[in-house]
This record gives sequence, C-alpha cells and structure tokens, in this order.
Amino acid sequence: MESSVAEQGRVPARRASGVFTTVSGRPVNRLYTSADLPGFDYDREIGDPGCFPYTRGIHETGYRGKLWTMRQFAGFGTPEETNARYRALLRAGGTGLSVAFDLPTLMGRDPDHPLSLGEVGKCGVSIASLADMERLFEGIPLGEITTSMTINSPAPMIFAMYLVVAEKQGASWQQLSGTIQNDILKEFIAQKEYIFPPRPSMRLITDVFGFCAREVPKWNTISVSGYHIREAGATAVQELAFTLRDGIEYVQWAVDAGLKVDDFTPRISFFFNAHNDFFEEIAKYRAARRLWAEVMRDRFGAADERSWKLRFHSQTAGVSLTAQQPYNNVVRTAIQALAAVLGGTNSLHTNSLDEALALPTEAAATLALRTQQVIASESGVANVVDPLGGSWFVEALTREMYEGARAYFDTIDRMGGMVAAIEQGFPQKEIAESAYRFQQAVERKEKIIVGVNDFVVDDEPPMPILYIDETAAVRQTARLRDLKTGRDQARVDAALETLRTAARGDGNTMGPLLDCVRAYATVGEMCDALREVWGEYEEVPII
Amino acid sequence: MRKIRVVIAKPGLDGHDRGAKVIARALRDAGMEVIYTGLRQTAEQIVSAALQEDADVIGLSILSGAHMHVCPRVLELLREKGLDDVVLLVGGIIPDVDVPRLKEMGVRGIFLPGTPMQEIVDFIVASARPRVEV
Repeated sequence: MESSVAEQGRVPARRASGVFTTVSGRPVNRLYTSADLPGFDYDREIGDPGCFPYTRGIHETGYRGKLWTMRQFAGFGTPEETNARYRALLRAGGTGLSVAFDLPTLMGRDPDHPLSLGEVGKCGVSIASLADMERLFEGIPLGEITTSMTINSPAPMIFAMYLVVAEKQGASWQQLSGTIQNDILKEFIAQKEYIFPPRPSMRLITDVFGFCAREVPKWNTISVSGYHIREAGATAVQELAFTLRDGIEYVQWAVDAGLKVDDFTPRISFFFNAHNDFFEEIAKYRAARRLWAEVMRDRFGAADERSWKLRFHSQTAGVSLTAQQPYNNVVRTAIQALAAVLGGTNSLHTNSLDEALALPTEAAATLALRTQQVIASESGVANVVDPLGGSWFVEALTREMYEGARAYFDTIDRMGGMVAAIEQGFPQKEIAESAYRFQQAVERKEKIIVGVNDFVVDDEPPMPILYIDETAAVRQTARLRDLKTGRDQARVDAALETLRTAARGDGNTMGPLLDCVRAYATVGEMCDALREVWGEYEEVPII
Repeated sequence: MRKIRVVIAKPGLDGHDRGAKVIARALRDAGMEVIYTGLRQTAEQIVSAALQEDADVIGLSILSGAHMHVCPRVLELLREKGLDDVVLLVGGIIPDVDVPRLKEMGVRGIFLPGTPMQEIVDFIVASARPRVEV
C-alpha cells in the first residue's frame, strides 16, 4: 500500500501532496489491481449472496425478491399533526412508518416538566401517555404495517404503549412487526440521550429481548446504531467497529443474563449512516455483514443461520447537509442513498433538503421519498445482486474495513468490553478527535464542501421552512392535566410501585411497564420511578 | 492581557455535542481558556459558571429549537448578576426569522451551520471586553 502512495507522488495530481483520501481521511491508491488483494479467498471472505459470510448480501435474490423498505423518519408537534403526516407518506407510497419523538419524550420527561420548556414537539412528536399513542396511530392498522420507533432510554415504555394500542385495535402481538431502536450504548458514546447509568440500562434492554422472544417474536428488539456515532464525527471504520462491538456487548450481556443466543439474536438489527464517500460506504456495509456473521458463529456459537445474517436500516448523512444552497442536498442525498442500495441496505431513510435548517416540510419530505423511488424504479441498480462485488477497489476497501474493525474489537475486548470502554471515555475520545480533524481539513480546504468552503454564493433566496411554535406545547400540557384528573390514580400508583419493586429485583420489567401503560401512567412517571431506584447518569465531558 | 475566557454550554435537553466540542477545542487552540459545561445545563447553571469562571464570553450550542426560550433567560440572569458585559453567542440551527429577534434581545453573535471556526475566533477576539491581568 505504501509503495502505491509513493508512486502517486510521481504522477501529475490535482493535490500537491499526491495523497488522495476518503471522507474519513483514509488514503486511497490511484489504481487497484489483483495485487491489492493478496491471498483473496472468495468463499471465505465474501461468498455468494445468501451464503456465509454474507459479504455480498443476506438474500440470494437481492432486491429481485423484495426491494428495501422505504421508511421515512417523521414526527413533530402533536400526535394528530404527525398522524396526518404518516397518512400522507403512506398515500405517497411509503412502505413503513418511522416515529421521531421530541426531546422530552426521548429523555423521559413529561411536557409539563421544567426541563421540557421550549422543547415540546420541536424535534419530533410529543408522547406522554397511552392516550397520545392512540392518537398517533389513529386509523393506521398496526397489524398491517411495520413501524420503527427511534427511542432509547424510554424504549420499553414506548414499546409497551405500542403493544397496548395494537391490543386495542385487535392486532395479535405474535404478528406485530417493526423495530425499536433501544440502543443505549450509542447514546453514551455519541447522541447522549441517556437517563439511567449503563448497567441498569443494559438490564432494561435484555428484559426487552427476553420478553419479545416469548411474546412478540417478529419484533426487532434493537437497532444497533452507528448512525449517530458517525454523525458525531466518527470515521467509517470507527462507525463500523463501535457499532458491531456494541452489538457484541448486547449479545454478551443477554447470554450472561441467561438467554439462549439463537432465541434472541435473529431479531437484532442494525442501523448505519450513508455518508458521502461512495465506495467507502459500500465497503462498510459489506464488511459489516461479514464481521457479524463471523462473530455470531465463531464467538457466540450461534447455530441458527438467521443469527448470522446482519440486517440493517440506513439513513443518509444529516451531517453532510448544508444550510447554504440547500438544493444541493438533494444531490448529496441521492448519491448517499445509491451507496446504501449498492451496499445492500434492507431499509432506507433519505433526508430532506431542508434539514440543516429545520424539520422538513411535507414537500421536502416527499422529494426525499421520490429520490428512493427513482433509484428503485429507474436506475436499474436493483436488478443485480451486489453489482460491485469483484471490483478490486471495493474488495480491497471491504477488507481494510474488516481489518480495521477487528483491530478495534481487540482494543475494546482488552478494556473489558464496551461498557467498560465507555466508562473510560474511549470511544468518546476517538470520535471527538476525528470530528476535530475533519473540521480542520475543511478549514484548510483539504476537504471541499460545495457551497460552504468553495463555490460559495453571497445572496441566497430564503427557503420556506417548517416553523414549529408553542401550540403543541400548550396543547400537550393541557392534555396532560386533563389526563391526570380523569384517570384512576390509585391504579397508577399501584402500578408504579410494582415497577419500582421489579426494578429493585431481577424480574422482567416489561410486565409491570405494560400495567403502568394500561393505567395511563406517563412516560415521565415511569422513568421517574426507575430514576428513584437506579439514579441518573452524568457523563464527564471530554473535549 | 490575560487570556480570553469562554464558557461553552449546551442548554436544554439536546445531546448533540459535536459542534460544541469542536468549537471548544478550536477556541482553546486559538489561545483562549475554555470551560465546557457539558450537557443539559439550565440557564441558571450556565450563568453561574460564567460568574465563577469570570468568563468574558458565553457560547451556547442549540440545535433543538429551544433558543427562543433559553436566550432571553440567560440574558435576564446575566443582567441580574451584573454581568452585562459578558458577550453571549449562539451557534446551531436557528431559523432565519429568529436571527433579528435574538440580536434585538442582546445576543451578540449568531453562527449558523457551516461557519468557519476562524470566523468565530475572530469575532470573539474583536468583541470580548479588553481586560488586564489581575
């Protein structure tokens, strides 16, 4: 590899250094040949689609059998407003729902809590109780669609609400399908929407695994997410490595809690970023499938091949969107989405062009969905499985990603696992370092962002944006007051006390949570009950 | 002259701290003393940090849309504590319509996505109160 880079210095190059790098800062050669893949073993490293280690894809027929799910993340204001947006997306041909919650909901606070001031309904929909969840899915049959919910610390509470709404609609839990993100490790690492300390947080997650294995067998109990790790500044290899190492941690904790590996791992799903560097992203997805297959079979001894197959959702990179010349974002998103499809994504969200400015307008959200539909219906890329397999460059990059991630696994294993690594601030420091290095490269114009540090225009026409005022906050707060006066308070208190008792012991918390939800206890009340038992996490800030 | 002291804070419930951390580091590399408060700080905590640290500048990072609530409260507390000369800056996702409103209430600098770090450094150097070593 080194000689190739040196060689590039002797040929004319646009860059004075002669070194060309990916968006992650990884040097790439001028040309790739078979010499860049010494000892390449097709069956061991990639295999045919549908065959171990699934580098080329988990389905033998790729997208011929079934296209990826076009799942657009949406949520804002009151449950009714979001319900209307969902109906519009389903009418426009969206094939799954994806719920964005507001920050108070994500942080387990009710709309009337002092910390919720100015945040209710701003970044997502406000859900305080079962009554809100009933409004959110009004007229949407939960037995017939799949729903993804981006919720982490209060995931078991929100999931319990979903289950009760389904029950009231007459849908069987055995048939329900969808995903809860439920990935607390990446919250500690990157997005920072945590409530409880790491260890009780991990217990809540294993409780969900155990509950779903019995009661909701088709539900994806976790979406182990690299998306937020990447958005926080990680490189592609760091995203890959930390995400899969998080996956290993969840499996290990669940096995340690007494679950059988093949009983719950087939329902583990993943969520990756789709960033700008086209080939690096494709290589990342391919390496991810191989890594997971090998880890599950060889490290955990999983025997069910469904446990080996890494299924993932992807979302185009929010961090790559620019507030300047926002229409350029449509182009960025299309390129990123194409990379996700060529990398074999099972589900995809494409960002809207206005998301560096605000939550998307309906028109912008529709255009984002159309981008996927054009790729699926017009480009022809969905006709052939893993069409880039066998490219010297893509295979060499896939191998580099794989090896880079393995090296991080070893480091984190030596630290005592991911929870221990997080407690030592390791992934947090690695990501902060990469984020700073990237920003410096932008300032030095080593990395060009069109419309930001090159091709700049002075006067830009204003964009119409979705402006969310305080109407939702006022309405949700008033509703909460009415809810609290109208419900059976003794039943609520008893259910919350049962939850506290369960949290102190080691029984599964899902049963008590379902009882709290049926009694119309709020997200804030359920989280407060657990705060009383487990305390709250506070991180030591690292810059 | 002593170093310019900057408190970088993340108010509200939002945990997206990439921008706050990158800016904190850039200001430190530019020779300023930077105090990063960490996440989920109330206006009271932020102003109290500025008072204790004798800060010249407060930089708030807000991406969640809570700026119209947080900024007036921070400014009000600064006035109450006699810290009127502390420069308040805001960075993050701020809709165009809110920019003049924030300036009018006393936010001195508003930095939107894509702002070069050097521009923020230069702004702080130009606007922080001149001080002598004590």
